[in-house]
Amino acid sequence: MTHRITRRRLLERSLRGVVAGAGLSVGLPYLEIFLNANGDALAATGAPLPRRFGTWFYGCGMNPHRWNPSEEGAGFALTPELMPIEKVRPHVSVLSGFSVLLAGETNHVHRTGVIGTLTGGAPTTTTENDGPTVDVLISDAIGGTTRFRSLEMAAHGLPKDSFSRRSESAINPAEPTALSLYLRVFGPGFTDPNAGEFTPDPRVLLRKSVLSLVAEDRARVEKQLGQADRARLDEYFTALRQLERQLELQLSAPPPLEACRVPEQPGEIPISQDVDHVVRNHEAMARVLALALACDQTRVFNVVFSAGASGLHTAGSPDTHHTLTHEEAKDPALGYQPKATQFVMRSMEAWASFVEILASVREGDGTLLDQTVVLCHSETSDANSHSVSGLPIMLAGTAGGRIRNGIHVRGAGETTARVGLTLQQVMGLPVAKWGFKANETSRPISEILV
Amino acid sequence: MRGANRACAERSVPSRGRSGADLREARSSPSLVVAAFGVFAIFAPLLTGCGAGDAPGVAGGPVAMRRLTESQYRAAIADVFGPEIEIAGRFEPDGRRDGLIAVSSAFVTVTPSGFEQYEGMAREVARQAVSEPLRDRWISCQPSDPAAKDDGCSEALLRRIGPRLLRRPLEAADIAPRVAAAGRAATELSDFHAGVELIVSSLLVAPDFLFRIEALEDDAPPGEPLRLTGASLASRLSYLIWNAGPDDALLARVAADELSDPEALAQEVDRMLASPRFEAGVRALFDDLFQFDAFDELGKDPIRYPMYSAKVAADAREQTLRTVVDHLVEQDGDYRALFTTRRTFMTRTLGPVYALPVRTETGWEAVELPASGPRAGLLGHASFNMLNAHPGRSSPTLRGLFLRESLLCQSVPPAPADVDFGLFNADDDPKLRTARDRLEVHATHATCRNCHKLTDPIGLGLEQFDGLGRARTAENGAPIDPSGDLDGRVFEDAASLGEALAESPLVPACLVENAYRYAVGRVATLDERPLLRHLERRFEAEGHRIAPLMRAIALSPAFQTATPASGEGQERS
Repeated sequence: MTHRITRRRLLERSLRGVVAGAGLSVGLPYLEIFLNANGDALAATGAPLPRRFGTWFYGCGMNPHRWNPSEEGAGFALTPELMPIEKVRPHVSVLSGFSVLLAGETNHVHRTGVIGTLTGGAPTTTTENDGPTVDVLISDAIGGTTRFRSLEMAAHGLPKDSFSRRSESAINPAEPTALSLYLRVFGPGFTDPNAGEFTPDPRVLLRKSVLSLVAEDRARVEKQLGQADRARLDEYFTALRQLERQLELQLSAPPPLEACRVPEQPGEIPISQDVDHVVRNHEAMARVLALALACDQTRVFNVVFSAGASGLHTAGSPDTHHTLTHEEAKDPALGYQPKATQFVMRSMEAWASFVEILASVREGDGTLLDQTVVLCHSETSDANSHSVSGLPIMLAGTAGGRIRNGIHVRGAGETTARVGLTLQQVMGLPVAKWGFKANETSRPISEILV
Repeated sequence: MRGANRACAERSVPSRGRSGADLREARSSPSLVVAAFGVFAIFAPLLTGCGAGDAPGVAGGPVAMRRLTESQYRAAIADVFGPEIEIAGRFEPDGRRDGLIAVSSAFVTVTPSGFEQYEGMAREVARQAVSEPLRDRWISCQPSDPAAKDDGCSEALLRRIGPRLLRRPLEAADIAPRVAAAGRAATELSDFHAGVELIVSSLLVAPDFLFRIEALEDDAPPGEPLRLTGASLASRLSYLIWNAGPDDALLARVAADELSDPEALAQEVDRMLASPRFEAGVRALFDDLFQFDAFDELGKDPIRYPMYSAKVAADAREQTLRTVVDHLVEQDGDYRALFTTRRTFMTRTLGPVYALPVRTETGWEAVELPASGPRAGLLGHASFNMLNAHPGRSSPTLRGLFLRESLLCQSVPPAPADVDFGLFNADDDPKLRTARDRLEVHATHATCRNCHKLTDPIGLGLEQFDGLGRARTAENGAPIDPSGDLDGRVFEDAASLGEALAESPLVPACLVENAYRYAVGRVATLDERPLLRHLERRFEAEGHRIAPLMRAIALSPAFQTATPASGEGQERS
């Protein structure tokens, strides 16, 4: 034990040079230090409150005639399948009628809709045109200063079901539980920006020197590789550089953040496709994520509530949401599949509670959600026929007052790439047009821009 | 079956010198005949006649850069630092392409969150590896002062573990920077072992540990094939046969540059096949082929299947792998008999699923499944039937798809997007009691039939097993009819479907094809097709036994040579 104490003390001494000037303690009264006079920027650095982007995906769409609102603009009436969002209605805009335009491409079922919306075009094969997704483009632009470039999570507990990807060979795996998300963000390596005292972790420099050793060897490893493998190795070194940057951030005191506090460690929630478990896991994840954002650990996130071709089911049933959409008979009196539609309603409820959780965290003069924009989407509209026309899309949050909430915009069959283009522009990316082939567009959705 | 004979005939074409550039041209030529002639001509020097059993002199396809799979990573740590080391962390999903993780591994890369996990695991492994008493396993030198740096000792231990982890002899550039950095850490922290931790971590996050990067010799004279470097060949061998990195003996062969000698190579292959580690290699091949990684994500409805638990799933997976290894390695048996054998293994946990009494309280016991029961061969195992099913019911379509794609190497087109599901019989229609009733539309409607005729008729043969793999004779009170035909061969039930598979020439051919994909990390190129035909004949001639198949693959010229990947950075004149 004495040995370890000695070791730590010595390293701290050697670190002192590195962190000099970073401010080892905070002397000002707690709250006054956070914001400037307008309440929209951090007083400590003068930097604006961080702007954030996220996606929220659920599988198997909706029933168009029960989901799409009739009226446009602010006065639209909530439809039966949108009723769950009533409690967060002022924070949400509904975009109906936007489509992935196939223009001769095959509709790869349960895939084309989601990849099409996220990459700006219909994938031509089962593997190509698979990236980068819009969240990766945005995190390239805004994710560089936080500890995590982006955070992915899957409430249904399957890390493979992540859509965030730079390419098909670099799919960002999702955290499968609220607990694993918590440990990743708030476990070892987390520095509480409001702790008052800052003591750099003495092990960080050692970790950096390990990464330097590897990075310096790059040319030698690379020289034998063909083009495709060189690109894969590039991904590896991109990842390594990101960790180096994370470690650098951990060597200096972070600016204090009013909204940041460390959440309680979530308990164990069973991982299964039982919709009740998924809802619980999702809500616990959302709470951890909200505080991860408030603590500025990341500015980009991707939530998967259920997979494309959703395997969600209710305990005791032989069916899943997906099999129901194809095999359940339409109730002639109701005009839809009642059991399958229950899963649509559960998904909409989950989305509403996600929005509610982000809106419940106070930040500056408003809430965390005000500085954020979240894209809610699915891979089909009518899942029974695998339709990628008129996909269900919603945006929540104003991205710092840049997006209009509470309205319905009808897309009339236009490409979902317009949504992706709008979001990139709102997040400050200098992009004039986006998407490929039939889906290429230079028209943002002006109705929702402030 | 005639392909290999023709290849042999073609080998008598007189050799013409050709350069690597010509080879690449030939490969991209639209005329496959020309390409094939070119390739065979080049390999003439490798050939030793066309008697029974010689592999055709086919050039291997492109080299690969494969990310270690989770099981390979774990094996590497256990090999070098001991099985006591706990690996805490989450691996990036391995993915699956062309039916195999082994192929996907040549395609996946490392994402930022994946690297974060690798780095965390590396530090945790390093911390454990230098702790008492585990360090004594692999650190043979004593530092002159445990509170100070000792470059000599650092270098000695790096030289010991470096080649095992990087799977090649170390170069100067591997050593000096690491020893220097370890020295700085040791000095700064007054702790020799802190420097050792740094060395270990730096190896475990290195790209040439996390990826198996295959390289080619660059000194081959024009007209000679491009051979894999000794280190790359050694890795191919050891991952094929052991699913683990080269051991010290194999690395010694690499260091002495002996693997280019066909006799030494054959000796090495035989040594590796005789090693107890061969079991782990066979187990890994079949775990991949049977897509058993899906067990990690399996869930069953607890109300419909109260008997299901994570332990049942784990034991079902292990049961099948034990049966495979016992049959193919211990008994050196015929692969085809796996589809009919009633010999298998049981635990107390599995007993209720099979409705069998199990005497052994803990662990496994060998059993002979009753001849009167419905189960014979692998298809009667709970594993397949549990895995290829929905959470709340069986799935003849998923089971049939698995048989077609993984055991017969046939491709089934994906479902069209514009299916009229109004045709589909609602599954809650009380008149439709069995899966056969419900799937009737697949067989009667043209759009569905095109693909479902491949999957459903054979999948329905396994309806004697429910979504958990328990035997049953009726569904919803209606008797189950498990009869059908496999491409014209009529079967009465699951056991006779097993017999039909055992008789099918496609089954061993498919294993050959998959084993070759597994060995080289990609599908066979057109040039390699004659080799596959040859391997099929060898497999048959040698009683469809796994060890001779592995041997034939390992000693084939294509396994030892390669054409450069496109955009090859390596300079060749």
